[in-house]
Amino acid sequence: MTNGADRRPVHVTADVVSAKRIGAFTHLTLRASGISERFRPGTFVALSHGADRSLLARRALWIHRVRTASAYGPCLDVVVDPVGTTTRWLAGLAVGASLELTGPLGRPFALPQEPVPCLLVGEGVDAAALFPLAERLRERGCPVHLLLGAEREDRLLSALEARRTVRAVTVMTADGSVGLRGSVADRVAESVRSSSAAVVYAAGSHATLRAAASAAVEQGAWSQVLVTPSMPCGTGLCHGCAVPVIAEHGAARTVRGCTEGPVFRGDRVRWDAMEVR
Amino acid sequence: MRSLGLSGPVLVAAGCGGTGAELARFGDLADLGGFVTRTLTLDPRFDHVNRISESPSGLVVEMGLPNPGVDAFCASELPLLVAAEVPVVVSLAAATLGEYAALARRIATAPGVRAVELCLGAADTGAPDQFAAREPFHAASVVAAVRRELPADVAVLAKVRLDLPRVVEASRTVVEAGADAVVVAHPLAALGERHSSGALCGPAAGPLARRALQEIRAQLPDVPTIACGGVGTPADVQDRLAAGAVAVQVGSANLHDPTTCFRLAAALRDRPVSDPTTGDDR
Ligand SMILES: Cc1cc2nc3c(=O)[nH]c(=O)nc-3n(C[C@H](O)[C@H](O)[C@H](O)COP(=O)(O)OP(=O)(O)OC[C@H]3O[C@@H](n4cnc5c(N)ncnc54)[C@H](O)[C@@H]3O)c2cc1C
Ligand SMILES: Cc1cc2nc3c(=O)[nH]c(=O)nc-3n(C[C@H](O)[C@H](O)[C@H](O)COP(=O)(O)O)c2cc1C
Ligand code: FES
Repeated sequence: MTNGADRRPVHVTADVVSAKRIGAFTHLTLRASGISERFRPGTFVALSHGADRSLLARRALWIHRVRTASAYGPCLDVVVDPVGTTTRWLAGLAVGASLELTGPLGRPFALPQEPVPCLLVGEGVDAAALFPLAERLRERGCPVHLLLGAEREDRLLSALEARRTVRAVTVMTADGSVGLRGSVADRVAESVRSSSAAVVYAAGSHATLRAAASAAVEQGAWSQVLVTPSMPCGTGLCHGCAVPVIAEHGAARTVRGCTEGPVFRGDRVRWDAMEVR
Repeated sequence: MRSLGLSGPVLVAAGCGGTGAELARFGDLADLGGFVTRTLTLDPRFDHVNRISESPSGLVVEMGLPNPGVDAFCASELPLLVAAEVPVVVSLAAATLGEYAALARRIATAPGVRAVELCLGAADTGAPDQFAAREPFHAASVVAAVRRELPADVAVLAKVRLDLPRVVEASRTVVEAGADAVVVAHPLAALGERHSSGALCGPAAGPLARRALQEIRAQLPDVPTIACGGVGTPADVQDRLAAGAVAVQVGSANLHDPTTCFRLAAALRDRPVSDPTTGDDR
């Protein structure tokens, strides 16, 4: 009952080798041997509050970048949006702190076989998952367009490094403080057209994922979206991360977001049946 | 006394090990004393979900009993568990006694099942459409309906509702009706943060389960018990075995750390236990 030995997730103790506050987010570099080597874009790690042991459910974070060889050994980066108890604890961690990490978890993005144009739509902290994907697509010769948005400038991941990997970047903020004013959800249809994307990859709010999925259908493109219900375990054990989908054979099903996802074909998600927080 | 068919004192609790394949990524299932499946029903419950919220040192779980139905389980999940060489305990819930009997008939012909566990608290903790075994005689009637359909070598475990003092009466009655052991106990109904109803699982519920175990052991010393609720450390396992349980089930601790059940099984492996699982010594 083994699933391809080298891709199996591991449960390890990681330590913080760098912690940087950038805007509203904290970027942590974690030394986590075993996870970086198994990483594929779209996968995530699960972790627990290290100080408050009364919190039992786990918290999921995207793997933003991996380095299999660095001065510290295999490392991975996560971007933390301090919205609650555990994410605030993470954002306050100092170099040297350690935490238990499980990963990489979930099904990764499917990559196109041909070097076709791809549109990446990322919103807020969830956009973190798209940066390693952009690199992988570029290696395959796919022209990559990035549509990157956030409510405010301080919640916008830096497009600077992305500019090196991608062909074109469109930046948007809700208040217009940087880039275009508005939300990526309203812009995605136009971006699919102008980029002639054959595949649309999206990470962000329900509205954004849904808009990306429907824009892709309208333009005859494929879409792959990152769905993020709350994930109490992240490892497929609890069935507490329901995502309503249409299965291969056309029947309505509710599946586990952490194992069947977090990457879903946008045209397979039953958006109306999804519980939006 | 029928053998419970377990191969060690540490089991995975119902609904806390996925289909088994997910847990197998973190350890060898064969090292466990048994794997209790998530609760299965006769018909698939594709659109049912577990709704889970946190409470201090606990999880409140609305158990919708999501499952593909007993037939799909037997076709696609059971063979993997049997191949993994872990004793398989199939958890069952049904809306009527007739449905319970039908489930048991299905399991009777499925190769490799060591025991069934009856989820007698389902109706109160997220599946109100299931048979409500609120009185001890209700629980006993479920046990009787299932027992008579099963071959002699498949044990019946009754996971009773955790309500003192009646948990003792329920335990006595289910054993009289043919249960081979009592699982102590199905977690208590609770109200979670954002959700309507569920069951309190995890360390917060540990003391409740310990008390129930103590009462049952004191009043029914001959009834084999399997402790469930709040087990997460080797000390917890020792505590429940010392209190007289023949085995323990590990539930939500696996969600917090998927290596937990394997670590606990390893910690216990070298410790001599008075043959807890065969029941032959009774
Ligand atoms: C696959 C996946 C990847 C994720 N990646 C990242 C990431 O890279 N960086 C990051 O900062 N966050 C990420 N998240 C969201 C993050 O897991 C949650 O914000 C986190 O669980 C909150 O934990 P907390 O203890 O800080 O907040 P809590 O104190 O538990 O809750 C604070 C608030 O956050 C809400 N919340 C809890 N979980 C989620 C969730 N999954 N999505 C949206 N809101 C939630 C709660 O309802 C509450 O309002 C991801 C979530 C998933 C499922
Ligand atoms: C996510 C989750 C799902 C569960 N599903 C079931 C189930 O399907 N059937 C059942 O009888 N108990 C179910 N339970 C209850 C557990 O089997 C166990 O009784 C409970 O979690 C208490 O043990 P613990 O304190 O070790 O978690 C579930 C518990 C959790 C946390
Ligand atoms: S988060 Fe537990 S099964 Fe998906």
